[in-house]
Amino acid sequence: MTSPDSSDMKNSEIQLYKDMLRIRLVEETLAELYKEQEMRTPAHFSIGQEAVAVGVCAALTRDDVVYSGHRSHAHFLAKGGSLDGLVNEMYGKEAGAARGKGGSVHLTQPDVGFIASSAILGQTIAAATGSGLALSMDSSPNVAVCFFGDGSVDEGVFTESLNFASIRDLPVIFVCENNLYSTQTPAEFRRPNDTLITERADAFGVRSVQVDGNNAVAVFEATSEARELCAAGEGPVFIECLTYRWREHVGPYEDFELGYRSKEELDSWKERDPIKALGEILISTKTCSQDDIDAWAEAIKGEITTTVDRAKSNPFPEPTSLFDDVY
Amino acid sequence: MEADKSVFVMGIGVADPKGLFSTTVEPFRRFGAERVIETPNSENAMTGIAIGAAALGKRPVIVHARNDFMFLAFDQMINLAAKWAYMFGGNAKQVPIVVRGIIGKGWGQGATHSQSLQSVLGHFPGLQVVMPATPADAKGLLVSALRSSAPTVILEHRALFEAQGVVTEDLKPVPIGKAAIAKAGSDVTVAATSMMVRDALHAATGLSTVGIDVEVVDIRSIRPIDRETIVGSVRKTGRLVIADTSWVTYGVAAEIAAIASEDAFDVLRTPVRRLGVADTPAPVSKPLEDRFYSDASGIAAACLDILGRTSEQVSVPSDVGPEFLGPY
Repeated sequence: MTSPDSSDMKNSEIQLYKDMLRIRLVEETLAELYKEQEMRTPAHFSIGQEAVAVGVCAALTRDDVVYSGHRSHAHFLAKGGSLDGLVNEMYGKEAGAARGKGGSVHLTQPDVGFIASSAILGQTIAAATGSGLALSMDSSPNVAVCFFGDGSVDEGVFTESLNFASIRDLPVIFVCENNLYSTQTPAEFRRPNDTLITERADAFGVRSVQVDGNNAVAVFEATSEARELCAAGEGPVFIECLTYRWREHVGPYEDFELGYRSKEELDSWKERDPIKALGEILISTKTCSQDDIDAWAEAIKGEITTTVDRAKSNPFPEPTSLFDDVY
Repeated sequence: MEADKSVFVMGIGVADPKGLFSTTVEPFRRFGAERVIETPNSENAMTGIAIGAAALGKRPVIVHARNDFMFLAFDQMINLAAKWAYMFGGNAKQVPIVVRGIIGKGWGQGATHSQSLQSVLGHFPGLQVVMPATPADAKGLLVSALRSSAPTVILEHRALFEAQGVVTEDLKPVPIGKAAIAKAGSDVTVAATSMMVRDALHAATGLSTVGIDVEVVDIRSIRPIDRETIVGSVRKTGRLVIADTSWVTYGVAAEIAAIASEDAFDVLRTPVRRLGVADTPAPVSKPLEDRFYSDASGIAAACLDILGRTSEQVSVPSDVGPEFLGPY
């Protein structure tokens, strides 16, 4: 890849930081408001995993297409999905990304390249592969990307899709967010000991790389390289990002009291907070100051408050719209 | 495919020399491997791949040599394609994939290669499901499917592949959602699907020799189903026999009976009769298989019964056309 000059890199690091901070503050706000029982949609928060969404999407263009799974808020926002669309959808409002028909797990905004998210594990991996096929048939310079969790790699559709993408050298980037748990089930019940998820990609001749998913710059660089390979007809590429979910599988709370993971484990990952880590680098390199960061946070909080207030007072869909858009 | 460059075909065996009972041989010869894509044995992913291609403007046609293999693709067909327009509130456009599935009947194909999936597929809002019974409808419904914005399943009966009929050269669509009156009549309505339309017409020929005038409704479109034509026919005859290629329990036959009950109860002179296959998986051995399927004689007997003429018998034409010689 071409190496950007140092001022570009600083700017892009600031952008990575701002984008992660915005997603974090949005999700923390939504998680808090979720407890009011006004958002009646199962929500899977990405708090702690923001570096993957932001690092990947920073390496994409607007016309690159993205798919996601059930834990998709961060991907949606990182690809440029509208905060209004997300928040209104959470509240089941007509102004939502899916006009109140989809909820947290069925988001879309094609005009920014976020095609679809869906709640069946692995389902959109195939759809992303199909978009890669369409791009390839049209000799398009763009790529298709799918975000999914480590639970999805156990689905047959994952291996079926990797196989087909590899046979046809499709421009598809498979991004696996390995957060160690499939709902509450750890890897030991889902994967033979001493095997890696990347080996599954290797088995189909798909180039694979494992990166620190809490390092937005590392994710950005891996994705940039993957994108160049895809554009050169050397796709697909599989990227495994090692990360960790702070909240429960679905819902706004922490859940270490369930016993499937310990508070110590959670705390150790909070030490590796992707936002804190990049913030410390930015400050230590004097790229920005703590005051800058505080100002960014205030501006973002203002945007969120305005958006939430508006969404709460926005109208629900008309009951007669129940029958719209079946066909 | 010539008229619309976005159309492409994919499936297991589409590019092999046999070309799925010859249905993809000519497309492959003319458009090559770029638009007639041979695939690995991965029905579920291939369907999702079609969806993702359709989301970017393509019109993929997936072909299953036996519709039974669609079960492997039900997540993508039912949990994604059928829901796409609705669950994204119309904001993710639509994914107009066409899925052709071929129904195999007889010659010992047995439990897993001879099912007929219209009832289960017809259950889901968001899918269109059609079953052509004539050559003209086979073409016309495919044209409609390829111009539709909704995902469409076309169930083609293998036993009808040798059927002959007039087909126009132009791309004349047959509307999805409209049944056809295959034969007008006044004494009893036989509402039939796919292969059973042919059997119903044979039964009608036999019954005409004893003065019974049968109306045959070719259902043709399973979802959306044409209530108006069904009800109109029943209002004319007052009697309804339903002949479907699948099980009657929870099936298309049950749906048609429910429509008659809801919208034409006042004119029904007798209870509705349903014919389908026996309520067992499909057997292989010939005597069992013969017992398993309904046929023209069975339809004729049901019509006589419903008319209170059970003591009579009529002879119906046996299976016309060259008998299928296996194996598939």
